[in-house]
Amino acid sequence: MLSRLIDKFKKGLAKTREGMVQKIREVIRLRPKLDEETLEEIEEILIQADVGIDPTLRIIDSLRERIASGEKVEDPENMVQEFLEDEIRKILQPEKAAPVTEISNKPHVILIVGVNGVGKTTSIGKLAQKFANEGKKVLLAAGDTFRAAAIEQLDIWATRTGSDIVKHQPGADSASVAFDALQAAQSRGSDIVLIDTAGRLHTKVNLMEEVKKIRRVIDKALPGAPHETLLVLDATTGQNAVTQARQFHETCELTGLILAKLDGTAKGGVVIAIADDLDLPVRFVGLGEGPDDLDDFDAENFVRALFEG
Amino acid sequence: MFELLTERLEGAFKKLRGHGRLSESNIDEAMREVRRALLEADVNYKVARSFIAKVKEEAIGQEVLKTVSPSQQVVKVVHDQLVGLMGNQSAGLTLSETPPSVVMMVGLQGAGKTTTSGKLGLLLKSQGKNPLLVAADVYRPAAVDQLRILGEQVGVPVYHAPEGTDPVDICKQAMDRATENHHDVVILDTAGRLHVDDERMDEVFNIREAVTPSDILFVCDAMTGQDAVAAASAFYEKLNFTGVVLTRMDSDTRGGAALSIREVTGVPIKFIGTSEKPEGLEIFHPDRMASRILGMGDVLTLVERAQSTIDEDQAKKIEQKLRTASFTFDDFLEQMAQIRKMGPLDQLMKMIPGVSKAMPDMQVDEGAFSHIEAIIFSMTKDERAKPHIINGSRRKRIAKGSGQNIQEVNKLIKQFNMMQKMMKRMSRMEKSGRMAMPMLQ
Ligand SMILES: Nc1nc2c(ncn2[C@@H]2O[C@H](COP(=O)(O)OP(=O)(O)O)[C@@H](O)[C@H]2O)c(=O)[nH]1
Ligand SMILES: [Mg+2]
Repeated sequence: MLSRLIDKFKKGLAKTREGMVQKIREVIRLRPKLDEETLEEIEEILIQADVGIDPTLRIIDSLRERIASGEKVEDPENMVQEFLEDEIRKILQPEKAAPVTEISNKPHVILIVGVNGVGKTTSIGKLAQKFANEGKKVLLAAGDTFRAAAIEQLDIWATRTGSDIVKHQPGADSASVAFDALQAAQSRGSDIVLIDTAGRLHTKVNLMEEVKKIRRVIDKALPGAPHETLLVLDATTGQNAVTQARQFHETCELTGLILAKLDGTAKGGVVIAIADDLDLPVRFVGLGEGPDDLDDFDAENFVRALFEG
Repeated sequence: MFELLTERLEGAFKKLRGHGRLSESNIDEAMREVRRALLEADVNYKVARSFIAKVKEEAIGQEVLKTVSPSQQVVKVVHDQLVGLMGNQSAGLTLSETPPSVVMMVGLQGAGKTTTSGKLGLLLKSQGKNPLLVAADVYRPAAVDQLRILGEQVGVPVYHAPEGTDPVDICKQAMDRATENHHDVVILDTAGRLHVDDERMDEVFNIREAVTPSDILFVCDAMTGQDAVAAASAFYEKLNFTGVVLTRMDSDTRGGAALSIREVTGVPIKFIGTSEKPEGLEIFHPDRMASRILGMGDVLTLVERAQSTIDEDQAKKIEQKLRTASFTFDDFLEQMAQIRKMGPLDQLMKMIPGVSKAMPDMQVDEGAFSHIEAIIFSMTKDERAKPHIINGSRRKRIAKGSGQNIQEVNKLIKQFNMMQKMMKRMSRMEKSGRMAMPMLQ
């Protein structure tokens, strides 16, 4: 019974890997009328990518409308694929996600927040590498004073990437770590300050208050900072990521998202729901555990990957 | 954000009137809502589909109960199926007969393996065991330090090897250490790995081969989305893990991954992580998880209590009386007793969909109930059966007899009359099959 179930799923997964685009195209080729069953297949693809039921239904509805408009479709396969890519691109607004190319602040301060284990510290390591590659002087602030060995973890990343680090004792006030880091950055002439924070569930009021306080202290140490506040999301996270984004945005005025762990099979489609809901651009994606495994977010690639196995 | 599934089902069942059976057509719409609830909870698309098929089969043909609305009834079917699928009862850790037993933690990066290892260490220690924690994550920077610190916090020794030692060797050496120092349980904290990373999957397989664990726990973030199925089946295929730990259950996630994993592997979920602290590890309860996935609070408890405490005959009798408007104070007493059997009133009220939203700080005065009882007990048989004969002087007598003031008596009689009126109105719509709880209006 068990092994049968697993077989069933393996087969299902294999099919997934075969390439969804292929599948859609095939479905459409067999039923060029674009009927409800076709729409359901497309719905399945979107939901399995974690896009979420509301955005999915909306996209499907507009596709249905487009089909019903009676417009003569020469090539239904291409029409559907292009339509879907367009819809999703519209939601993601990649032009907004364009990385800050001209950094005018010195130091440019980036605060990293998110739930436990999503990849905050690793993303900071990768960002440090990226900025170092651009010839910038980077300083890391070990603001996670809570999790066991979180400071050591960031310390190793500082060494790896040749960055400076400001750290206190475990259990110290993270706001004061951030404060000291900004002072140090100003006196040492750092270009970039990356501030790590402890993982926190968006539902814990006191922890969310704490991150608010960190932000206030940063602003006090360097008026106008942080210049960016990025929420790290784990690509394997499902619909709860929407709630995470909402809560963190409310508490610390996010400027964008980092989508970590996209190197697995999870599609991270939930960022579509988030972009739709909050107008928050995805800035970077994490594609592994190494220092170079960080990419600028590319909406075209992302959309294509959604429909590929 | 999450409406109660039951409330949504109300919509789907608007057309369905009390009598008769749940049929294919009226259930289809309801199943769409159920499916939606499951998908919102991150239950895998395919798992949701096969689940719905099963529920439909179960629900079709069921007689609509009198005491609950059809939607509540369907939710109950859905819930029971969910509980059944998730294992009906809690399962504990499996240890081998000859110590040391090996418990191996596996999973994706950032799932919570290290924290859970520390928690398990504490749990075992509190059960009088002598566990050994093993730091076998050689990849994540400072992972070894993390476990060492956690071990210190919970007072459980940690085995770790010099940098550069192969994880398989670390685990083998740890076994020797355990035998030497008479540890009865060895907890292996392995590195996080992606199920598509063949090299690392081979590594964890080799660890398993080297130390034959008695329990292999797949640690999974309760917030995981659709991909939980892919990760869990790949890990299962490679390692045949024997238990699941769901972490971050203290978040507001609906946790549909639990159902997905269980459905594709058949392996029991054993523990849930409920805080960052070492004590935050609890036994998994399938029934609670089912309610959570459905996003439905306590409505089930209400349905269950109603089913077990209000017997159908009683309900029918009262209903009959309502229809003929022959409802008396005696019936009233009886009904009150039935309702009170179900539990504290404000608790009951809060279980009714929509009530806690509409009246967040509603309080029901239990004392008022005993006052009402006292007043009714001071009525004569005649008065109870024919409330309309209760005139001014009778009211005075009843007030005196029950130790209540006349206003209270007036109020009750007024309420009773209103209630009768309302019930007549309700009896016209009574076919919707809803539970009649006029006292709670
Ligand atoms: N495969 C993969 N693993 C990642 C990625 N980002 C982080 N991780 C891993 O996820 C785990 C948790 O990351 P960490 O940075 O400590 O999370 P934090 O608690 O948010 O700081 C570690 O094992 C990281 O190596 C990624 O993009 N891909
Ligand atoms: Mg961290």
